Amino acid sequence: MGMIAALAAQLGQMLLVLALAPALTGLTRKMKARLQRRIGPSIFQPYRDLRRLFGKDVVLADNSSWLFRTAPYLVFAATWVAAALVPTFQAGLLFSWAGDLIAIVALLGAARFVQAVAALDTGTSFGGIGVSREMMIASLAEPAMIMVVFTVALVAGSTQLSTIAAFMADMAGLRVSLAMALVALVIVALAENTRIPVDNPSTHLEVTMVHEAMVLEYSGRHLALIEWASSLKLLLYISVIACIFFPFGLVTGAAGLSAYAISLLAYLLKVIVASLLLATLETVIAKMRVFRVPNLLGIALMLGLLGTLLLFVSGGM
Amino acid sequence: MPTVLVCIAGLLGLSVLAIVLARRPASSSIVYGLCLAVSLFLCALAVLSIRQAPSQAVLPLGLPWLGAHFRLDPLACAFLAIVNFGAASASLYALGYGRHEAEPARVLPFYPAFLAAMNLVVVAADAYSFLFAWELMSLTSWALVMVHHRRAETGYAGFVYLIMASFGTFALLFAFGLLAGTHGDYAFEAIRAHHLSPGLAALALMLAVAGAGSKAGLIPLHVWLPLAHPAAPSHVSALMSGVMTKVAIYAFIRIAFDLMGNPDWWWSLPALLLGGATAAVGVLYALMETDLKRVLAYSTIENVGIIFIAAGLALAFKANGFADAAALALTAALFHGLNHMLFKSTLFFGAGSVIAATGERNMERLGGLIHRMPVSAAAFLVASMAISALPPFNGFASEWLIFQGILVSPQLPQMGLKLLVPAIGVLLALAAALAAACFVRAFAATYLGRARTEAVTRATETDPWSLCAMLVCAALCLLAGILPGFVIDWLQPVATVLVAGHMPPQASIPWLSIVPVSASRSSYNGLLLFSFVAATACLAAAAIHRFASHVVRKAPFWDCGYPGLGVVAQYSATSLAQPLRRVFATVVFAARETVAMPPPGDPRPASLQRFLRDPVWDFAYAPIAFAVGTSATLLNHIQFLTIRRYLGFVFIALVVLLVVLAIWG
Repeated sequence: MGMIAALAAQLGQMLLVLALAPALTGLTRKMKARLQRRIGPSIFQPYRDLRRLFGKDVVLADNSSWLFRTAPYLVFAATWVAAALVPTFQAGLLFSWAGDLIAIVALLGAARFVQAVAALDTGTSFGGIGVSREMMIASLAEPAMIMVVFTVALVAGSTQLSTIAAFMADMAGLRVSLAMALVALVIVALAENTRIPVDNPSTHLEVTMVHEAMVLEYSGRHLALIEWASSLKLLLYISVIACIFFPFGLVTGAAGLSAYAISLLAYLLKVIVASLLLATLETVIAKMRVFRVPNLLGIALMLGLLGTLLLFVSGGM
Repeated sequence: MPTVLVCIAGLLGLSVLAIVLARRPASSSIVYGLCLAVSLFLCALAVLSIRQAPSQAVLPLGLPWLGAHFRLDPLACAFLAIVNFGAASASLYALGYGRHEAEPARVLPFYPAFLAAMNLVVVAADAYSFLFAWELMSLTSWALVMVHHRRAETGYAGFVYLIMASFGTFALLFAFGLLAGTHGDYAFEAIRAHHLSPGLAALALMLAVAGAGSKAGLIPLHVWLPLAHPAAPSHVSALMSGVMTKVAIYAFIRIAFDLMGNPDWWWSLPALLLGGATAAVGVLYALMETDLKRVLAYSTIENVGIIFIAAGLALAFKANGFADAAALALTAALFHGLNHMLFKSTLFFGAGSVIAATGERNMERLGGLIHRMPVSAAAFLVASMAISALPPFNGFASEWLIFQGILVSPQLPQMGLKLLVPAIGVLLALAAALAAACFVRAFAATYLGRARTEAVTRATETDPWSLCAMLVCAALCLLAGILPGFVIDWLQPVATVLVAGHMPPQASIPWLSIVPVSASRSSYNGLLLFSFVAATACLAAAAIHRFASHVVRKAPFWDCGYPGLGVVAQYSATSLAQPLRRVFATVVFAARETVAMPPPGDPRPASLQRFLRDPVWDFAYAPIAFAVGTSATLLNHIQFLTIRRYLGFVFIALVVLLVVLAIWG
């Protein structure tokens, strides 16, 4: 019985992130539009887009290979599995020990790798622009993320997100190194999700685009999967931030239905707040030049390193 | 032990056979086939005997009062397995690839001898046999580098390699001399029993790092590696990169963990510092390179750096008595060595097939090969993902263990290490991220996009033997990545012997997860992640094809509405690295770009020039080369003197010697 309940919770978590991800994108777009005094599309527009894209034919380039056709499925699957490993409303899920935070970061790295090679498959110049910039951003964002993981893991004594969340929920008081890690993690999240100030998710036909340039050749169901995967990734980062730094309401052990309801509501609230903050940030600041981005990510890397150093010097306690 | 020695003697005998058979057309199949059989046997033997008690043998060879000692202990077994698996896969590959060789008589005699020498280094148990085998390994590999001797760059590569190999052996010679002391007993047992003062230990360690590091490719002793490894035929490149560097790492581990006795904490500093620098700078070099095989050679340097980081961590833990943490770091180092052998062999095999099919090594003149060589492209892709430390492949499993090792290190009491280890962690993470960029670039420029030259459009898929070797190695990259627990358990005896600690037995952990310290700290399950990703991808594909659209239309690519641009407009290897070059290489390599724009009305094309400086060469080697050259020119005058002056020199030398003797006495 316990096994079935645990399995149900795991499955529920997987379906929850999958179902919620497009709404998050829609909500962020809506709030951004309202902040810019536009009405904006409905929150549910991304679902309609996905349905429409899934129904359309795929137009493949003549010179594309098997890699181009399989990549969207792999990207989607890797991102979804990574997102399912992050505690949303319950920590310590059935398969949560399958991968720790380093594995989650690396799974996203694997998705990016596949996406990048697929973007270069047709040999178009926009694919090349996108990949070369994406790899530059990733080469700084990933080490910064690893440093954030180090900081958090040293405080909590584990790299397992569930253990970290349980530890943070009980921890009283503030820590300087954790504050540094939070700032670094927010910068990394913005960069990894190609949000302003690193990249503008709503532009096309612009020589500054990064992620959109990589997926330019995709259409139909392939494009739908990639769009869904990017929504999932945004939700994943928000969930990571929420579960490490704001684990209020998170169910950590066996609990009744009311606790589940509270934790689910708390999670939704966290996502909405994060989406509002993201929309505000994207409205008030401008996009950076591509070669200013390394400075921003360098700040994140240094903050992460400083946080880790502080903990090392204080004996990892 | 006798079986191993007989096999090694058999390999040496194969060299003689190869000379006899050299003119026969079937010689290459016979030699590589027999090498494959012997290597597979040795590999199986090593895998099975790692848990057994060490066995020894003394042969009446070498120094008369010493004999030649050989010993098979767990460390030797681990490396014997790595060496012989690499040798077996290279021989399998060479069964097909060897037919492309224009002058097989230049390869065949040296190839089995090279394999024998690497095996001998690993089983040698006295300094004399060790150095003899080490020199044999250097010389046979040098001969294999010089196979295509008519190419200008090969001669240069061979020259630099010979100098650096001599330097390495020289350093190791003195290291062993210091370790053995003045007794003249060079057997490893006697060396183990001999304890050094801290000053001499420091000197011996530096010499060992220089000797082993120059063979492994530690910066700044790496200069020969990207010249020599690519110059050899591709199966030999795979052996040199995947296996010979591991033999060098074996030498370091044998000296630092075994022969020198209990470490001081600062012994870890050279390994950590040089390892960190090597990992980050090695991959940056690889990103700036456009020759496919040189990219792979520089990436070998990066991986050697990663292994040295892990070994350095293990030394630091061992010195402070954290035996289990030391076992974790040492196991990670050995595991990464094994993994690197697997994926680097696959990558060099892939590069060899590309060269055999197109005659091109320059990535700027390749492209689109995935259509011509789909299977080898898939194997190359798997190995690229593995070397970029991406799950579910093996590279991630070993780097994950190293990261876990770093996370244990705040317990280290020394302030120096506390400050150093996080910085090393950044370098390691940076190297992993840059390696991903490097291999996206290498794979894409070679296999993806549109063909950049005519030669590429005529390429065909490589032969079945080569494909088989690549697929076996690539499959093992996946297998070692999803079932790392078995490898870790297999390596357990090594850690028990060398650092007296052990990781949690992985076989007892449910669901085949791996656990570095304890389950509450962290666990990773590659098998589960792999099956989840595979199942989700298949389910998504099935569901979408069933319930949504499954229609495919073909059309020219869109490229944002500019499809008319030619093949040259696609991103090349150089342009893919441009953002990274501007971010990192402007500091490290003083990278500069200049645009030469013709004046208005001039129809000549504009040109973009890129300048890179190799700091190691410019600041370390160029001054030495200049000093040697200048002094040679100066001393050259002495060759053309009159007999009177030569007699004068003899007289002066005699007087000086007598004066010295007088003062000394």
